[in-house]
Amino acid sequence: MCDTCGCNVTPANRHLLEGDGKLARTKEGREAVTVLKGLLTENDHQAAHNRAHFDRQGVLAINLMSSPGAGKTTLLEATIDALGKECGIAVIEGDLETENDAQRIRQKGIEALQITTGSACHLDAHMIHSALHQLDLSGIDLLFIENVGNLVCPASFDLGQHRNVTLLSVPEGDDKPAKYPVIFRAADLVLLTKSDLLRWLGDFSPERAEHHLRHLASDAPLLSLSATSGDNLDAWLGWLLDEMKRHRNELRGET
Amino acid sequence: MHEYALCVALLEQVEQLAEQHQAQKVDRILLEVGPLSGAEPELLRHAWPLAAAGSVAEQAELVIESSAVVVRCTRCGARSEVPANRLLCDQCGSFQTRILSGDEMVLCSVELLKREQEPCA
Repeated sequence: MCDTCGCNVTPANRHLLEGDGKLARTKEGREAVTVLKGLLTENDHQAAHNRAHFDRQGVLAINLMSSPGAGKTTLLEATIDALGKECGIAVIEGDLETENDAQRIRQKGIEALQITTGSACHLDAHMIHSALHQLDLSGIDLLFIENVGNLVCPASFDLGQHRNVTLLSVPEGDDKPAKYPVIFRAADLVLLTKSDLLRWLGDFSPERAEHHLRHLASDAPLLSLSATSGDNLDAWLGWLLDEMKRHRNELRGET
Repeated sequence: MHEYALCVALLEQVEQLAEQHQAQKVDRILLEVGPLSGAEPELLRHAWPLAAAGSVAEQAELVIESSAVVVRCTRCGARSEVPANRLLCDQCGSFQTRILSGDEMVLCSVELLKREQEPCA
């Protein structure tokens, strides 16, 4: 939805505008002001600004979302090992506390900026904007934003990313897309991580996970991989390279 | 939970509107929040007084309308009202559907008091 073309008026709220709907009434001394703007308009405005900044620099920004401990940082380490020589990579890390994740990334020789949110359960576009003032994107092709580990709140905040990737680790159970529909519906790609544990955790069914994902009307690809064993990592790397190419073409005005 | 952050964002918008319209007070705020928005109406209601304390909207009534999740099938065109985690076409069972409503998180309107007076009953 946006705030410019009228698509905020949906079948669910149209009645509020018509007839004696709640928006229609005005009494003496009062003024009813119709707004119909997203609650996060300010955040979305900042996110668009961030995205334009990425586009100017030719950077593809990827927002990684998952529950805590699903393996986002481990996936990034493996990705840096595989692509660090051919691509310029930078990372923004979001956590409530500690520099631990940024330190792990820096040990790979990659620039990483840690945002510690204190008690905030998600990153927002303004936090990313502040981080970008400290991050030199020249020579960077790929920016990973590792969101705060949380399957609820990060889904509501546009950061200015180009793609959302949601991770679901095998120990969490295959019904997470049914339980947390908003975050899985937002995903452009779903990664089933820690696939090396499938042999021990036999009640996790990748087919069932995909079934729940499709029930969210999502046609996002779902890849099963293990960043520690390297199993099927190539499929993820291939997706990244394809999306970088697609993004470059989009920036050139090709489709 | 992020509902407090949403209330702070809401308050910013409402304060701007009150200033633009030179209102003394904000009497009523109407939101539309769908099940697929990622926000929980009950938590918004709890968080709102904390965000609004001391502001022009401190005494405003926060009304939250919840919308049903409705999808349209891109295959057969049927319209279905569905649960938030089962966005399938009721008619043909396809998952190739488009959301018509249910993901709104919209500030619909505010009612402003233009001069000091008791709110109408």
